[in-house]
Amino acid sequence: MSTEIELSIYVFLLAAFLGLELVHKVSPLLHTPLMSLTNAISAISVVGAILVTGAGESPQFSKILGAIAVVASTINIVSGFLITDRMLKMFRKKEPK
Amino acid sequence: MSVEHFWQYAYIVAAVLIILSIKWLNSPATARRGVQAGQIGMLFAVIGTLLRHEVMSYQWILIAFVIGSAVGAPLAYLMPMTAVPQLTALSHAFGAVAAALVGTAEYYRHYPTGFQMAALVIETLLGYLTFTASIAAFAKLQELIPTRPLTYKGQNIVNLGLFAVAVLLGVWTVVGGAPGWAFPAFVVLSLLFGVLLIIPIGGGDMPTVIALLNSYAGMAAAAMGFALNNRLLIIAGALNAASGFILSVVMCKAMNRSFTNVLFGAFGQVTESTAATTTAKPVRTATAEDAASILATSRKVVIVPGYGMAVAQAQHKVRELTDMLVKRGVDVQFAIHPVAGRMPGHMNVLLAEADISYDRLHEMEDINPEFTETDVALVIGANDVVNPAARHDTASPIYGMPILDVDKAQTVMVIKRSMNPGFAGIDNELYYNDRTLMLFGDAKGFVSEIVKEMPKAA
Repeated sequence: MSTEIELSIYVFLLAAFLGLELVHKVSPLLHTPLMSLTNAISAISVVGAILVTGAGESPQFSKILGAIAVVASTINIVSGFLITDRMLKMFRKKEPK
Repeated sequence: MSVEHFWQYAYIVAAVLIILSIKWLNSPATARRGVQAGQIGMLFAVIGTLLRHEVMSYQWILIAFVIGSAVGAPLAYLMPMTAVPQLTALSHAFGAVAAALVGTAEYYRHYPTGFQMAALVIETLLGYLTFTASIAAFAKLQELIPTRPLTYKGQNIVNLGLFAVAVLLGVWTVVGGAPGWAFPAFVVLSLLFGVLLIIPIGGGDMPTVIALLNSYAGMAAAAMGFALNNRLLIIAGALNAASGFILSVVMCKAMNRSFTNVLFGAFGQVTESTAATTTAKPVRTATAEDAASILATSRKVVIVPGYGMAVAQAQHKVRELTDMLVKRGVDVQFAIHPVAGRMPGHMNVLLAEADISYDRLHEMEDINPEFTETDVALVIGANDVVNPAARHDTASPIYGMPILDVDKAQTVMVIKRSMNPGFAGIDNELYYNDRTLMLFGDAKGFVSEIVKEMPKAA
């Protein structure tokens, strides 16, 4: 196993445990926004999609798949963040008038 | 810091912002800051990537950005809040298919080997199966296909067999020497497995399944990180996977079921035997006028919303009722069961949309001890989560599931369309209780009538 892979596995493990810790603290009140936020974050795969689409030496077939992937992940990012914010705007503490 | 290495710094900033964004989401006070952090983090990730020297042509990427934004923005703004579960399922589908397509593109670009190939196969498998599973979940939530579990004999064997073949093809591809058809066949099986996974799952189990799909989408992103040796993807994917995992565990616990039971248990089969047992037991009914006067004279009312409230879009009327009661000096609180609705936290979002202050919304553990001193528990469109059988009837399919103890309140009012059993098809003994009043009607219609009668109530 190369050091690169070993490092990546450490990074994965630490991030996963950090995720477990952070999410445990999220109030059930916000579980839906949490899910749509993490969903938007998982669209980080846009990074991979850009790299495949923009690479000089990619075959045409890979570029087409890459471009579709950019479209799909952009939809995911845009709708994910916007809907999360739309939901959170509604969570208010107030007394009825 | 040269431009050439800008992306490395951008990725580090992005990783920090993404971690902070989840951290800030833990309380409503900082949650919106969390979303902003996430957005800026994503922006850093995208700009950093665009500036990498490997990226040579921008034309297609920019066109794709435009199309994606043009579809994504209206999706987020035009969907009604009751459709949030569907929208989330659809979002998972888009994210997952992106990961899967990148995996496929990478495969045909340079046929990686060893560890990278293994990561790529996992990425592709999870991506495609999450894609079709999310589409199927969307179709169920949108009621494009029947929401009840579709089961047949030997279903689990077929599903597991299919999955095993997909995994074998994947392993073959990793080990090497696989023929050209192996990878496409692997893709097709992954796609098929996603659909088969969702078909036997009923609407009531959707909260767990959506959380699980959320976790898979994260794992696909993390696997992509391993395949591309990109640690930003690994971090973001791992955070997402962990989050989805915790939520699905919370949902399973709230139903007293295991993962395997949710995925392979096919709830529908259990119910056929129990559905027909109770037919003609008497129930007490009441009119809106009665309900209004009882509510108006009580000191403490706890409202228990369920999926029925969401379907009827009754949340705004419930808010009106709450305001009226509060004005009369009644203490009104809301009891939220973790699996009420079709996704984790579904009820909270709807009640927040109706402008109900979130400090009135309480989790099951916090509100349960308060039912003994509650005058009226008003159940709106919830069923299994208030069924006392879960506490004592070992023969009941929901035995052991933690429930809201509404039966301990002085009076229980249940707004329900008819005596038809709920989604799981289990009869609810709460309805035959002496202290229970059944209010038959559509949730929105009945609550509006109570609101109308309220000023006349003494």
